[in-house]
Parts: sequence; C-alpha cells; structure tokens
Amino acid sequence: MKDSPGNGASRRLNGVGIGGASVAGPVALMGVPEPPPGPLTPPAGPPAEEAERALAALRLVAAELGRRAELAGGEAGEVLEAQVLMAQDPMLAEAVTARTAVGVAAGRAVFEAFGVFRAQLAGAGEYLAARVADLDDLAARAVAAAAGRPMPGVPVRDEPFVLVAHDLAPADTALLDLQKVLALVTEQGGPTSHTAILARARGIPAVVGVTGALELTEDELLLVDASEGAVYVAPTDEFVARAREREAARREAAALATAGTEPIRTPDGREVKLLANIGGAVDVADALAAGAEGVGLFRTEVLYLGAHEPPSYEDQLTAYRAVFEGFAGMTVIARTLDAGADKPLPFLPLGEEPNPSLGVRGIRAFRDAGHVRLLETQLAAMAAAAEGTGADLWVMAPMIADAQEAHWFAAKAREAGIDKVGVMIEVPAAALCAREILAEVDFASIGTNDLTQYTMAADRLVGALGGLQDAGHPAVLKLIAMTAYAGAELGKPVGVCGEAAGDPRLAAELIRLGVTSLSMAPAALAEVRAALRA
Amino acid sequence: MQRTVTVASRVGLHARPAAVFVKAASAASLPVTIAKEGREPVSARSILAVLGLDVRGGEDVVLEAEGDGADEILERLADLLTEDLEG
Repeated sequence: MKDSPGNGASRRLNGVGIGGASVAGPVALMGVPEPPPGPLTPPAGPPAEEAERALAALRLVAAELGRRAELAGGEAGEVLEAQVLMAQDPMLAEAVTARTAVGVAAGRAVFEAFGVFRAQLAGAGEYLAARVADLDDLAARAVAAAAGRPMPGVPVRDEPFVLVAHDLAPADTALLDLQKVLALVTEQGGPTSHTAILARARGIPAVVGVTGALELTEDELLLVDASEGAVYVAPTDEFVARAREREAARREAAALATAGTEPIRTPDGREVKLLANIGGAVDVADALAAGAEGVGLFRTEVLYLGAHEPPSYEDQLTAYRAVFEGFAGMTVIARTLDAGADKPLPFLPLGEEPNPSLGVRGIRAFRDAGHVRLLETQLAAMAAAAEGTGADLWVMAPMIADAQEAHWFAAKAREAGIDKVGVMIEVPAAALCAREILAEVDFASIGTNDLTQYTMAADRLVGALGGLQDAGHPAVLKLIAMTAYAGAELGKPVGVCGEAAGDPRLAAELIRLGVTSLSMAPAALAEVRAALRA
Repeated sequence: MQRTVTVASRVGLHARPAAVFVKAASAASLPVTIAKEGREPVSARSILAVLGLDVRGGEDVVLEAEGDGADEILERLADLLTEDLEG
C-alpha cells in the first residue's frame, strides 16, 4: 500500500504529513485571487451562452454568500447580506448582459460591470470605502466562478470537509471555522509553514507540499493519511473502513500514553520534560489537559498581533499573569517579542526588506535606541507578573547570533529582575558558538524551524524546497548536538521548541543528542509521549 | 407620482438602511426610482445605484412610481426612510 493505492483508491498524491492521524472527507477548494481576464479575452461561446455563464456565476456567488450570512449572523451577517443584494443587483446584471451581447467574454463582462459601480462608489468618498472593498471581493469571486474555478477565500460549508488550498496565510486561518475542517491539504508549504503550525496546534491532520492538490475536484472524497504523508483520491468504502480502524487503534494508544504522565526518562536516567508551546492564557487549559509539564515557549507577540499601539506595562502584566498563574509550580519559558519584516507588528515599523528572514528580526529589532524601551518594558512586566504566581519564570530572546548579543540581552534581563535568562538558538552561528553563548546565559532553547531554514538555506515558505526543510537532516542534527553538548559541559539546560520537538519521529533522536526538554503544540504532546514510551 | 422624504437614519442610506430599503423596493409590484433633489433618478431595486447616491442622514430624496397602487407603495417606502432603520 505504501506506493500504490492498489484497488483501494483511484490515485495517491504525496506530500509531507503533519501529525499521525488519518481521516476521510469531501474536498472543499480554497481558490487564490487571480488577475482579471483582459479586455481581449476571446469568448468561449456565442453571446447568449456567455451571458448565461456570467449570470450563473453571479447566482453562485449570491448563493455562497447567502449561506455564509446565515452562518455568521449578527453584524458580519448583515454585511454579507448586503453583498448578496449586490450580486443580485438588476442593474449589475444589465451591465453584464450589455457587454456579453457585443461579444465580450463572460469573465471580462463581469469584471467590467463591477468596475462601473466600483467607480461610482469610490467617487462617493471614504464613507463608502468599505463597500468598495466588498465589491472587489464580489468581483474576484464572480470572475473565478465564471471561469469554473474555486472562489477565493475560505470555504464555508455546513458539513465537515477537507480543506484543499495553495497554502494558508495567518489571515485565512483566523477566518476558518476549524470545527468543520477534517484535514488540510496544501499544494505549497513545508513542515514549518503556517499550515503545518496550525495543523499541529489544533491537532488537525495535514499533508502539505502536495503537487497536484489544486487539481482536485470540489466534493471529491479524499482519505488524508498524515502518518504516510499521503492523500488518497476517491478511496473505496473498504479502504476508508480499514483506515478508520487503524486510526481508532492509534488514538487508543495515544490515550493510554497520556493517562500516565510521569516524566520521561532516558536509559541513562536523565529526566526529559515535555513542555507546551503557547500563545497566551487561552492555551493554558489545553496545555495542562494534554499533560504539559510546563511551558517551553510562550510566544508573547501573539498577544499583540494587530495592535497599533505598543502594549502598555499594565496590559502586559495582566496578560502574563494569567499565563503564569495557570502554571504554578512549573517552569514557564517566555520569549520576548519576536517581530520582523516577515511577521510585522504595526507598532514596530521595520520597513520593507529585500530578504526579511535575514533582516532586522527578533532581538535585532530592539537593540537600537528607538525600540529598546519596548524590550525594557516587556522584561519589567514579565518579572512583576511572575511574582506571587508560583510559576518559575525563565525568559529568552529570539534570533541571538553571537555571545556579544547574548551578553547584552542577559544584562538587560537581569537588570529587570529576571533570574533565569536564556537565548534561542536559531542562527547556525549561534549553534557553532553555543559554548561561548551559554557562558553568558543560564539556558538555551533551539528553534528548529529557523535553524533548519538557515542551515539548509531553504525558505520556510517555499513548498518546492520541502525536502530541504527537514529538521532531521544530519547538518541540522549536528548543530543541535553541538548545542546540547555545550549545555551539558556547562551544566545548563538546552531544550528544543521548534516543530521538530512535536514530531514523534524526531523526538527520540533529539533526546539521544542530549536535549533536556521538548516543547511542542499541546495537541502533539500525547503522540510524542507515546512515541518516547514505545 | 412623487414623494419627497427626509432620510432619518443617522448613517444615511448606507449599510443596513440601504439593504432594507432595496429589499422593500424589490418586493414592490411596481418599479420605483429614487433621486437626490435635482439629480438623475436611479432604480430603487439596485443596491449599487442606491449606495452610489451617497445619501446622508437628514438629506431629502424623491421617490417616484407610476401605475396602480403607486400611492401605497411610495407611502410604505417613505415610511421606511423616515424611520430610523439602524436599530
């Protein structure tokens, strides 16, 4: 069954599996916005057919948005209902048919007709700016529908589905009703793409970097097997039933493994902590329920995405305390704000960069005089928030490249009253000089996503490079081993908090290399624990 | 037959008030037009045309319909505009 679907399914597509689960469900395609058809696009048929194609596209858009309006309700529902009225607008239909009648192709006619009204609304001034955006969204949908392609934007369905997309952006995932998403299949993206991170965080099986995913047909049945990194198209009932049995057995094994949450020990008697990666107080309950023995990565920037003002000292105090209180008696490793041109924070303008992943990101953004206050405020808020909560606060900085940066950060953190100061090891230079860096601080945590990207010179976001984005590559493992060795020599903990830590296939290897803790999405804890016990 | 009405809604004939008005006009048995004073009338059944008028709260609009029952239709639509449709 490994390489040929045999009689079980019509064909098999391959990609990189995220998680170990398998699930079957119908395809829901998420289209990407495309450039509108040009003015000279030849019509596919006579005017009457083009008119019908264009009007059918508008009806399809109205039906889709009507369904969303019902699901959304409230103010969002009203905006969508207004969009339905626009798609059904009789004057829009007139403008469309006036064009198809003179030989304009359906898609182009739709695009031009929307253009007429867009100009009117845009001319009416900023009061109608939001309606102009609604109209652009409608036009993109109708143009895609007229071409018989999936409409851009996250699909909305009543029934659960397998989301098939190019790749997911953070904005898409915010709009997605995850209750309805059985699995994620993307054409692009590697094991550390947003899609993969979302899948791990929510425990949704995913296969990313699947060539040919976008050629799948709407509503077609898929069996997504993340453990194999396989997508089976049109599987037979029997094939699906067998997969269900295997899945039930796997879940049972995982449940057994979480039942006993006593610490993992290596054969030589070292204790390895399994920790959770969290973004804020909302994740505390999940992490504890999954048996997390503490927090290995508290991504503080998640609290401030979309904020236009720097968060105040008081706001930070409240937000941090809510997390620390949840982990009384345990360690919480908080990372200072991690921003960059690729993950911008509106209150920290870093400008455009030709190569954001090699630019001013992580700790680099705070070292100049203009922004150092933000770091000082954050460190002070963290120290104050931990007081009296019973949590053991450790604080680390992202994107440290050398010992001098580590020294600078450690001084800042200790000045603010932080006892345990550490750094992330994400830059190969830092791994190579781990000993010198660890001499400046109390601990280190290896961010395997960036460490892999920088070591392999393979952008995390480029699906075609999926094969190189492998934290299990010997080159990356060597750097991890060097860092862990330096930690052992100096008696300082070295954990892993990248996606590799949550990969059941890599966890044991990381521990063998000397890593002292693994931190992962709460949803990954059970499987990793099971794999380490096995 | 014409009626001149002052739009009560604070936000004007935008967003929800516009949608309510257009739905009512679409349900009417006769075509109805709406215009700002001294400007070209547009179909009251077209949300895009109605939004394009950019009618603000407190402004006057002229509703027009011809035929049997035009009186009642205009009455009903005028009532909608003089109510505050935001709530």
